[in-house]
Amino acid sequence: MSDFSYEIGSDNIAVIKWDVPNKKFNVLTIEGIDEIEKILDELFENNGLKGVIITSNKDNFSAGMDLNVLAHLQDQSKNKEEIFQFVMRAHKFLRKIELGGTDNNTKKKAIPFVWACNGLSAGIATEIGLACHHRIAADIKNTKIGLPEILVGLFPGAGGATRVSRMLGLMASAPILMEGKMFSAKKAKTIGLINEVSSPLDLIEDAKKWILNATKEDITKPWDKKGFKMPGGAPYHPNGFMTFVGASAMISSKTKNLYPAAKYLLSAIYEGALTNFDNALRIEARWFTKILSEKSTKNMIRTLFINKTALEKGLKRPSVNSKKTIFKKIGVVGAGMMGTGIAYTAALNGMNVTLIDKDIEVAKKGINDIDQILLLGLRRGKITEKQKKEVLDRITPSNSYEDLKAVNLVIEAVFEDIEIKEKVLNQIQNNIGQDTIIASNTSTLPISELAKSVNNQEKFIGIHFFSPVHKMNLVEIIKGNNTSQKSIAKAFDFVRVIKKTPIIVNDARGFYANRCIIPYINEGLLMVKEGILPQLIENAALQLGMPLGPLQLIDEVSIDLAMNISEQTRKAIGTNKLMDEIASVLSIMYNAKRFGKKTNSGFYNYDEKGKRNGFWEGIGNNFEILSVQPDIDIIKDRLALIQCLEATRALESKVLLDIREGDVGAILGWGCIPWAGGPFGWMDLKGATWVYKKCDEFSVKFGDRFSAGSLIKKLASENLSFYEYC
Amino acid sequence: MEEAYIYDSIRSPRGKGKSDGSLHELTSVYLSSEILKAIRDRNQLDTSIIDDVIWGNVTQIGEQGGCLSRSAVLKAGYCQSTPGLSINRFCASGLESVNLAANQVKGGAGIAYVAGGVEMMSRIPMGSDGAAIAVDPTLAMDTYFVPQGISADIISTKYGFSRDDADNFAVESQKRANNAWLENRFKNSIVPICDVNGIKILEKDEHLRPDTTMQSLGALNPSFKEMGQNMPGFDNVAIQKYPELEEIHHIHHAGNSSGIVDGSAAVFIGNKKFGEIANLKPRAKIIATSRVGTDPTIMLTGPIPATERVLKSAKMKISDIDIFEINEAFASVVLRFMQAFDVGHEKVNINGGAIAMGHPLGATGTMILGTALDELERSNKNVALISLCVASGMGSSTIIERV
Repeated sequence: MSDFSYEIGSDNIAVIKWDVPNKKFNVLTIEGIDEIEKILDELFENNGLKGVIITSNKDNFSAGMDLNVLAHLQDQSKNKEEIFQFVMRAHKFLRKIELGGTDNNTKKKAIPFVWACNGLSAGIATEIGLACHHRIAADIKNTKIGLPEILVGLFPGAGGATRVSRMLGLMASAPILMEGKMFSAKKAKTIGLINEVSSPLDLIEDAKKWILNATKEDITKPWDKKGFKMPGGAPYHPNGFMTFVGASAMISSKTKNLYPAAKYLLSAIYEGALTNFDNALRIEARWFTKILSEKSTKNMIRTLFINKTALEKGLKRPSVNSKKTIFKKIGVVGAGMMGTGIAYTAALNGMNVTLIDKDIEVAKKGINDIDQILLLGLRRGKITEKQKKEVLDRITPSNSYEDLKAVNLVIEAVFEDIEIKEKVLNQIQNNIGQDTIIASNTSTLPISELAKSVNNQEKFIGIHFFSPVHKMNLVEIIKGNNTSQKSIAKAFDFVRVIKKTPIIVNDARGFYANRCIIPYINEGLLMVKEGILPQLIENAALQLGMPLGPLQLIDEVSIDLAMNISEQTRKAIGTNKLMDEIASVLSIMYNAKRFGKKTNSGFYNYDEKGKRNGFWEGIGNNFEILSVQPDIDIIKDRLALIQCLEATRALESKVLLDIREGDVGAILGWGCIPWAGGPFGWMDLKGATWVYKKCDEFSVKFGDRFSAGSLIKKLASENLSFYEYC
Repeated sequence: MEEAYIYDSIRSPRGKGKSDGSLHELTSVYLSSEILKAIRDRNQLDTSIIDDVIWGNVTQIGEQGGCLSRSAVLKAGYCQSTPGLSINRFCASGLESVNLAANQVKGGAGIAYVAGGVEMMSRIPMGSDGAAIAVDPTLAMDTYFVPQGISADIISTKYGFSRDDADNFAVESQKRANNAWLENRFKNSIVPICDVNGIKILEKDEHLRPDTTMQSLGALNPSFKEMGQNMPGFDNVAIQKYPELEEIHHIHHAGNSSGIVDGSAAVFIGNKKFGEIANLKPRAKIIATSRVGTDPTIMLTGPIPATERVLKSAKMKISDIDIFEINEAFASVVLRFMQAFDVGHEKVNINGGAIAMGHPLGATGTMILGTALDELERSNKNVALISLCVASGMGSSTIIERV
């Protein structure tokens, strides 16, 4: 069985069809490259051939490169020469297509190549299309064309960078190359990525028509003609100069110089633009080899692609009930922000939802909020009026627990107060069927504690969503002491139906995510108390790769809520000097009525629209600012280590069960150091010895919270990485 | 070691650096050769004695390319044995040519040099020669490249200079330059520039705006705000390098930054023996020279370490310097210099500077060295320090002393 096959019709046009056996999507494998090279050689031998069409036999063109090939290439990162030769091999066969089988030595007539794209085309699949002389895409819903490599820390390195930038110019190629956007057929034509849009039925016919009319001019790429000039100007052309200067600045500020892919991509374009096309391809291959060998890129792909996908496919799902649970109807109790978000997400994914609140008006308001979110989607063209109505129709507001009779799952999302929750859980269990799972969306209360309010603890579990529910893709599934494997599997299945990424953790205060986020925020507060400039703290966090600095984060959470959590924690587990210090910072803010973003005043000032407007001028009066500020690297390392150490402690105390879940969860849950592949990835990049020494240094300077546990000590002494050992 | 003496110093008036500027119609090589001729003729010099002509020039493409120095030497009719060297250290090129010449003389490589520079900014636009540091991502991103105006605004933000501070400084520069012209303080150096027929084209700096006030400057919009805050957002790059800054205050505009002008200048540098042969009297000697590299993002603070280094080399203290010429590339550059060394404005740029009279990139260093020398003689003082900030994060300084 082969991935590619071709037929030559009576019109002497060859149609190459891509159809990888036993796969939903075509992906390009090493064997696939062998095959297509062989096919091309055969076709170029055929003297009567009028042209070649490349298409697929499936509902989509292709999802791009086989991840295993990438992983294989990355494994060989010690032998960069081999990676480079492999990339050059791809360039050579694509260049063969582009030159229609001619080269400088043969006087053969070039054969036109048309790309007939039916459906999705990503990555190298699109780069095959780019090598063709003419690109037609079927105007169907699943046609999405693009080069999304940048999103996993790579860039289009099979000619994509060079061809798109020479075809469209640097400015116009930015959304395609630097943002990795995917385009519908029509949009792809508008931006110049493809030449023609066809109905799916006419796709091949239109391709043939083009071939039969193609002139020599049509099948010669602009860069293969004399006098080619880069659209928008090459780097040292007066027009191009500022564009290139601006591109570096924009990438630098967007990536904080943490993601090398964008820089290498721009370098490939810049250096390529200063020479001829074939040299440019070789330069692109050199930079692509370099990005493939970057450790941080490897970590990113491992976490965000390989492990995330594996977790979603059920790597950690208990195997007790192999059949996936089907959820027809669920109940959500508590129509606050979280409950509403959960109801919306479930309804969006086809489930019927009963949204219960003791106050029916609150439940109705929840539905109104959902209507607003849907309206936004409608305006942006993401959903149709019909879909919007369907989603809304699936949700029924109610104030009666009796409406929970027919649900498979009830999620409790009421106020974070143990007494209230106990009451509600009791009501729920009195109104549900035997097999119904009860889940709590608590973020702070121990699941095993809450489980005591229901009779059947086996069917009680924590399903912890992040806010805003419809945007945050992580869900923590928390096992109580008595939660059954079957219930975990069911919770897992539910999370997958709503297309979120589950991690399964054990029950402990703060579970995994909050347990790590809170020390991060606290570290920021302690730094304020030490007299570090707030902007230095925030900039350090951003330069570490965090989406929000700790002070911005606490403004979002709100000072009073943080005080509340801190009070509760102190009550529950006692206090110490450190916690007193944190509390003192919070109370200074509280007494100054700086409650956070919700009141337009926290560590930052906000305007009426909630836009940040500089720091609170009173910070200097309330906290003594150090005359000599610490080096930013120390602040970055503190903010990183405080999270990483907590993640490690979660692992050591078996709250977190797998570092893969730890890294995926940290990136999806709170955006923790994504460029390094998450906290464990970051520690591996730094090396256990470095981490151990830094902990030693910091625990002397800043306190015990930085002391490394036995695991890090062991890794350091044996010179092992987390991913080697755990 | 030989001493290096300054035997003479001249400059052209500075023409507006636009197509309606008076010098615009002249070629770069013409203006250079007019200056070379003038310094030769007024000293009645036999040019076969000149070891080299070192010519500062920043944008070395087109008519300023191809070793303009040698072209100008030939056009000026110097003895064919006189070579020419074009050099580029951006804004300090004109000082660097003097420093190089002086150090050649001190080191015994010959006895006499012409050092100077030229820039026809109206004809060869600044930056048109490209710059890898700005465009090559491996450099631009790794060095946190921002354009100079942003750097000037980083200085003012970091060291606390307000828009009023900068505007006040600019008003004073205009006032001083105007006063200097009224009192004819540049008369020993200014060479009127004539066309091929000897018809005078320009005899006075034409960039000055003596009527400048705080109010008139107040009406100007900051020049670098848009590129800093919006497209492409250089402030974000700047803050990555200077994370202690919350934001960049954009205070610089056309009125408190150096003017774009055309101009050229030259000095004679020689050892003692040269003076005897040529029957010339030395006016001053070069005590020490320095050049440094600094952070390329803030870029324009080079005069501070360059001055520290030149003082050390001269075994002098800042208080030993009678007057300073610090190039007014941007107001904050000089404000920061005065702040760093606690030097009062009364000692700095006594006759105004580039904000009022303009900054012909490759020539400015030579020009302000000449201005310092004229001022020492006029006010009967002895020691002057000249320093310029330099693109890509460099600085150059020179200390001269009257003899």
